[in-house]
Amino acid sequence: MIIGLDVGGTHTDVVLISAQGLVAEAKVPTDFSNLFNTVLDGLNCVTLGINIQKIRRLVLSTTLTTNLVVQNKLPAVGMVTAAGPGIDPALFHPHPHYYKTAGALDHRGREIEPLDEKRLPEIGLKLKQSGVRYAGVVTKFSVRNPEHEKRMAAALAPFCEHVFMGHQFSGALNFPRRIATTYLNAAVYPSHKQFFEFVQKSLNQQGLGVPIRILKPDGGNMQFDASLDYPAQTILSGPSASVMGALAYAPRGNTSLVIDIGGTTTDMAVLVNGVPLLARSGIEIGPYKTSIRAMLTHSIGVGGDSVVRVQNGAITIGPDRAGCAMAYGGSSPTPTDAFCVLGRADFRADRKRAAEGLAPIAQMLEVPVQEAAERIFRKACVQILEGAQKMVDHINSKPVYTVHEMVEDIQIQPDHILVLGGPAEQFAEKLATLFDGKVATVPHYHVANAIGCALASTTCEVCIYADTARKILTAPSENISKKISPDFSMRDCRDIALRLLREKALRHGAHPDSLEMEIIEQSQFNMIRGFQTIGKNIRVRAQVKPGLIHGYDPKTEKLMRDDL
Amino acid sequence: MLSAKHKTGLVFFPAFDWAISPTHPERQERLLYTQDQVFEEGLFDIEGITEFKPGLVTIEDVQRTHFCVPDPSAVMTESHFISAGGAKTIGTALMEGKIKRGFALVRPPGHHANRVVHGARGFCNVNIEAIMIEHIRHAYGVKRVAIVDTDCHHGDGTQDIYWHDPNTLFISLHQDGRTLYPGSGFLDEMGGPNAIGYTINIPLPPNTSEEGFLYTVKNAVLPIVEEFKPELIINSAGQDNHYSDPITNMNFCAHGYAELTRLLNADIAVLEGGYSIEGALPYVNTGIIMAMAGLDYSHFREPDYDPEKICQRPHVTRQIKETCDAAIALWQQRKVLAGQVRSEKGLSRRTRQIYYDTDGIQEHQTEIVKICGNCAGALLIDSSTNEQAHILAVHIPPDACYECRQQGLKWFEKAGADNFQRIYLQDRTTDRYQIKKQSI
Repeated sequence: MIIGLDVGGTHTDVVLISAQGLVAEAKVPTDFSNLFNTVLDGLNCVTLGINIQKIRRLVLSTTLTTNLVVQNKLPAVGMVTAAGPGIDPALFHPHPHYYKTAGALDHRGREIEPLDEKRLPEIGLKLKQSGVRYAGVVTKFSVRNPEHEKRMAAALAPFCEHVFMGHQFSGALNFPRRIATTYLNAAVYPSHKQFFEFVQKSLNQQGLGVPIRILKPDGGNMQFDASLDYPAQTILSGPSASVMGALAYAPRGNTSLVIDIGGTTTDMAVLVNGVPLLARSGIEIGPYKTSIRAMLTHSIGVGGDSVVRVQNGAITIGPDRAGCAMAYGGSSPTPTDAFCVLGRADFRADRKRAAEGLAPIAQMLEVPVQEAAERIFRKACVQILEGAQKMVDHINSKPVYTVHEMVEDIQIQPDHILVLGGPAEQFAEKLATLFDGKVATVPHYHVANAIGCALASTTCEVCIYADTARKILTAPSENISKKISPDFSMRDCRDIALRLLREKALRHGAHPDSLEMEIIEQSQFNMIRGFQTIGKNIRVRAQVKPGLIHGYDPKTEKLMRDDL
Repeated sequence: MLSAKHKTGLVFFPAFDWAISPTHPERQERLLYTQDQVFEEGLFDIEGITEFKPGLVTIEDVQRTHFCVPDPSAVMTESHFISAGGAKTIGTALMEGKIKRGFALVRPPGHHANRVVHGARGFCNVNIEAIMIEHIRHAYGVKRVAIVDTDCHHGDGTQDIYWHDPNTLFISLHQDGRTLYPGSGFLDEMGGPNAIGYTINIPLPPNTSEEGFLYTVKNAVLPIVEEFKPELIINSAGQDNHYSDPITNMNFCAHGYAELTRLLNADIAVLEGGYSIEGALPYVNTGIIMAMAGLDYSHFREPDYDPEKICQRPHVTRQIKETCDAAIALWQQRKVLAGQVRSEKGLSRRTRQIYYDTDGIQEHQTEIVKICGNCAGALLIDSSTNEQAHILAVHIPPDACYECRQQGLKWFEKAGADNFQRIYLQDRTTDRYQIKKQSI
């Protein structure tokens, strides 16, 4: 049996899935002041009367780290960088415990300025004296040669509880994002560690011994012990939970749009042939642009509780929200009130109040209230579809760097929409009239996010850079730097990438028999100096695709695996 | 949070799968380390800097500028359609107000491509700046354009295209043609009779450093551009003046390029040459982008930058000053000179041999322009090559006066199709491109 739990802004959703299918589901209010209780309450709701020994997998998606970042409740972190030519890294994010040391590498990882190691103990001491317990070290081009970062981390280690190194998190070239990513990892580390150790301990005491898995924003999970190396990979996992919940129902061979309609916003993602598209660079949260792998999502300020207005004779919806719908005691008219007037709300809604709320709008539009409700509803759907088109246009205008890709010019256009979230049913019906393709609600759409958590498989990524002129290979995030021979080839590089990826995936909790690995980027350049070929410059990126665990049958919605 | 002072647009198209030949300087690897540096600096993440996907130019775009023999698809690869398209994308974004500055970081380059194209010369097939400019003129009605070519090689193709056009100021700074390909670009190359003085060549001595380049920009380029009052300034931004460039002999540096970019304040820069792919391009391109976006580049240096090594010698400084003075003097005399060359009405003729070094083609060209005080003049080109091509081309400029237009149409009408394989008409007043073919 598997438990999936997703902490949301208002509710926390929990499901229990077994060989009999979805056997229990629950919604508990999220208490941000006590997330720990929220999580345990949620778990208790679905384990009532169940032999918890039979629970083999437990996947959590929480807003713990997201909230720390958004509410700026991060502890002091020491950041030390070494940069060389370029933009002054101090400009990227002003920081009270920021230090710069001399030392620089170039684009091929060659040292162009030796690292000033003498300064580091002095910096370490200053951090210690200021009570800073966590630190991050980042150098420019560390993904091509992590040596400077390693030496910096070693020099600071005696003064700090944990030092994070930039090259551990992503093989991508982007120094500012590497700084932000390293900073966030160091900053959320203590809370993340404390929280999940506490949860794990409590569960163990109740007899639930399976290791906790945590959902990531790329739609995959990782085991708690692995997450201690990448604690910031738990930030913004919410949207990916919903997408994974919809994924089982996305038809293969199609391009599907997943639309999650909430109270305040509508979040969207795109599935191509059942696989979510990932963001090009990484998540962005508050002032931080990071290299944290994430699904490509787009959020617009249209939801069931968005404020409806008439401006210049036209209806506008959102992007703001002022409490709940009038039908539920709020003070501003909302799309939910429109549903209510149209007789589409649940029994708790006050239809009279909803109609009163829409009356001024109807008056301004000079139409009956019923007609106004119809128009509001339509307008909300139109805004959602426009938002979706904007996202698709953005995906299609992604720059490419080869003639081949330009000529091929792959463009996506969704032909299928999967709707989830509270008002999924009402919206799906209307969207179907406005969209040229199939529109369906996701089964169990009210808890699809928790189902997504439960069923997400383990994902990870590996990047390799090989330079046969320098005879070196580095897989920065895997802590591997080794000598290669001058005849090292792309094939060798791919083999190593896939081997390292497999090892990493298993370490993070993947099932060895059902790994869906793929090479997502590969390039090879002959390096010519004068008129001689001096070597090859090879870059390979490989990933375990986000997807559902092996052994779940979406048709019967049952688990077909004995070990789960 | 770091943000750009000026909204800056970039098209980055390194054509990672295109080369003239495997070991040619214009090969797949050329912009690889530039990409590494630009990505690692996180330039595309900076608020106010936007990366655009390049569009493709159309055949019509190409034929608005060139006479391709026999046609564009015969002399262009897909990659030329994209690199010219990248320039056009930046031009369009600028004209539509999406950006204030733009840089087309694309390859292959274009500034050695003439109006008539039989093949590749100086690594160029079509003139990507000219195609962009003529698109902007056609689509947005822009008239006066200044092109400042800061590639180390004389921008002879651009010079050829705008030789007769008084609405285009073409200034080229380059290493003295006596010491470098293409061997042209001397002070006395000043433009045709209808545009004399609007082509300005400033040949710089080998070993010119930051000091000399910035002196030239401040004391010759900027005063002339200012007086010309262009609606748009385009920079053909070649990066082969760098001290580490393997095929030239100059001593310019990344910081100097950034400074030049700031001083020039061009609306659009288009990448041209530059073949020090590891030692220069990553740093020069980053410097140019930072300068365009208005970011602080004061601490920006190449790792091996040593000012003493590339310090400018006094005789070089003297020579630069003399050249700049001479260029300014010629510019100031342009009206007098125009009076002299236009005193004889009628037609002006020039005959040239043009060598296509990349493709090994020898072209023989006779060009006749109608001397005109009112427009760029009707232009007739008779071009033949050692590969047995023989064509006649008639160009009627966008602002052609009545007489010149009639002259151009008459030339096209009267030309006997039996004497040429093809006869082309490029009538810019109606944006018409027409071809008469030899009957077989």
